[in-house]
Amino acid sequence: MKRIAGILLASLGLAAMVWAQGTLSITGAGATFPAPVYSKWFDEYHKLHSNIEINYQAIGSGGGIRQITQGTVDFGASDGPMTEEQLKAYQDTHGFPILHFPTVLGGVVPTYNIPGVTEELKFTPEALAGIYLGTITKWNDPAIAGPNSGVNLPGNDIIVVHRSDGSGTTYIWTDYLSKVSSAWKSKVGTSTSVNWPVGLGGQGNPGVAGLVKQTPNSIGYVELIYAIQTKMPYGIVKNEAGDFVKATLESVTAAAAGAAKNMPADFRVSITNAPGKTAYPISSFTWLLVPSKISDAAKRDAIKAFVKWMVGDGQNYTEALAYAKLPKQVVAEELKALNKVQ
Amino acid sequence: MSAASTTVPSAGPVEGSRSFLSRLREGDEIARLITFVFAASVVLLTLLLVYELWISCVLPRHKFGFDFFITKVWDPVFDHFGALPFIFGTVVTSALALLIAVPLGIGASIFLAELAPARISDTLEFFIDLLAAVPSVIYGLLGIFIVVPIMRDSVEPALKSSLGFLPLFQGPAYGIGFLTAGAVLAIMVIPFIISVSREVLLSVPRDQREAALALGATRWESTWKVVVPFARTGIMGSIFLALARALGETMAVTMVIGNAPTISASLFSPGNSIASVIAAQFTEATGDLYLQSLIELGLVLFLLTFVLNGLARILIVVTSRRGSGMGNA
Repeated sequence: MKRIAGILLASLGLAAMVWAQGTLSITGAGATFPAPVYSKWFDEYHKLHSNIEINYQAIGSGGGIRQITQGTVDFGASDGPMTEEQLKAYQDTHGFPILHFPTVLGGVVPTYNIPGVTEELKFTPEALAGIYLGTITKWNDPAIAGPNSGVNLPGNDIIVVHRSDGSGTTYIWTDYLSKVSSAWKSKVGTSTSVNWPVGLGGQGNPGVAGLVKQTPNSIGYVELIYAIQTKMPYGIVKNEAGDFVKATLESVTAAAAGAAKNMPADFRVSITNAPGKTAYPISSFTWLLVPSKISDAAKRDAIKAFVKWMVGDGQNYTEALAYAKLPKQVVAEELKALNKVQ
Repeated sequence: MSAASTTVPSAGPVEGSRSFLSRLREGDEIARLITFVFAASVVLLTLLLVYELWISCVLPRHKFGFDFFITKVWDPVFDHFGALPFIFGTVVTSALALLIAVPLGIGASIFLAELAPARISDTLEFFIDLLAAVPSVIYGLLGIFIVVPIMRDSVEPALKSSLGFLPLFQGPAYGIGFLTAGAVLAIMVIPFIISVSREVLLSVPRDQREAALALGATRWESTWKVVVPFARTGIMGSIFLALARALGETMAVTMVIGNAPTISASLFSPGNSIASVIAAQFTEATGDLYLQSLIELGLVLFLLTFVLNGLARILIVVTSRRGSGMGNA
């Protein structure tokens, strides 16, 4: 039995070696949040171009930035744009800059568990910042109760839940809170993990969702995709224009469209609290990190062709996996920027 | 043919190597050499590990120095890192786990080794080994779905109403926190204590028991006053094993401890442990100082294990001295 398995394994390995000789293998590493849509893309792209195989390791944004800076992968991926320091480190190591290409969009939603409350709660930016700063401690605080007239909110203590692991989700959430609250910005700030003023930590989206589901009077935040896929109820958030908007794939794309007018040339932009009446305020791009100089011509052409396909036909695969599409304006800009890769 | 032609010339010119070679042929020297290399590699691995951790955390060592051990803040945004809440969490949860697991585990092993019929003992041993092999993430899931609600709805309110005057049992009962983490760890380490202690107790020579019984001791007296003290070192060994597992446990702890770097007298409060914070934050740690501070935490955990094991060994020496004194009296 063992011998048969061994022979099978050996022949498989041999087949893989023979087969690999005609293919171009490209490796990438980074963000976990877009990993499902990336693997779908790489798989579909391989079906179209059987000679190109893209391997992606979802090791986290921090790891993605580190690996591309060290040059151990062909491209990186990150949920937060690289900082000035990181860009400089890349430039210093390689002698040329690295480029950001937005791939899809994600949103982060507040989710809560208050016994007796079944309505969709409306949250103002002030309420969310206050709850997470620990200055709003009761559910019937006027800042929460104000926009939710008609909902019978209890006077219980709010139990705050946040992510315990470093994550792009936390980056988006804290980036939003930093924009809407100067107190948050100066005391806590924006990062993949922060020094939380209050609350319990849960591991990953399932950890936060599990804690919220189990703990009465709690509030947490999860990725929109996770909330949609697990059919979790979530709150409505007041946007920059003053409208209460429920997070959907469309309202997240609307946020990107709202921010597209002021899009910097390097795409390193935060679109939280974006302008636009229909824009959902806690949204973000996620990026591919591609070197601006790729010496291997075959690899360069393959990566450029893939990015072109990704922002074009590739976008049709996003919504089935609950990712929001890139707005058209951004796609046009990206195709222009692709010429910078040489 | 080849054996004869090779041994003769090689043994001929070098006189001193003859005895060495002949000893080699007996195999003892080879066995000694090989096993020595194996044993040395353990020491080498440990040293390499410490060295690697030490040189990988240059930035925080220079920036924070000894303050790293006594700082309560862990702030990746403003690059300020301290290990104290994590050291506190690791020590408290491990201590709680041992506090629960040691009496239970030793009690169970005494029953299995001394009092239970062999068939029951062997059957139970099978289940205990099974428990020891369950992956820790399963214990974590059990913790979050079963232990946490029980803690929140029954155990913590009960402790609060009966012992609430102690600072240990004050504050809101979230169900997750030090107490729950300690309880889940206890469940995880009990199989180790039972399994090893049972083996040790079973290996106590039969004469010891017979001698005690012959002197008129009851079954329990012979067990408690003769067999258990005889097996004390081995039982302590099982507790070390349990302590090591509790200190380093990651997944199960991170799921039930609450992951907030707080230092609080209340066991109901959420906390964090060294292993759990490293696992949670390592992948997304972007800045160099942040990453290296996490590595320094690894070094701290290593030191902590070293110190606690040392303390436990001293404890053994002290108690065994007292034990032998009692035996003489």
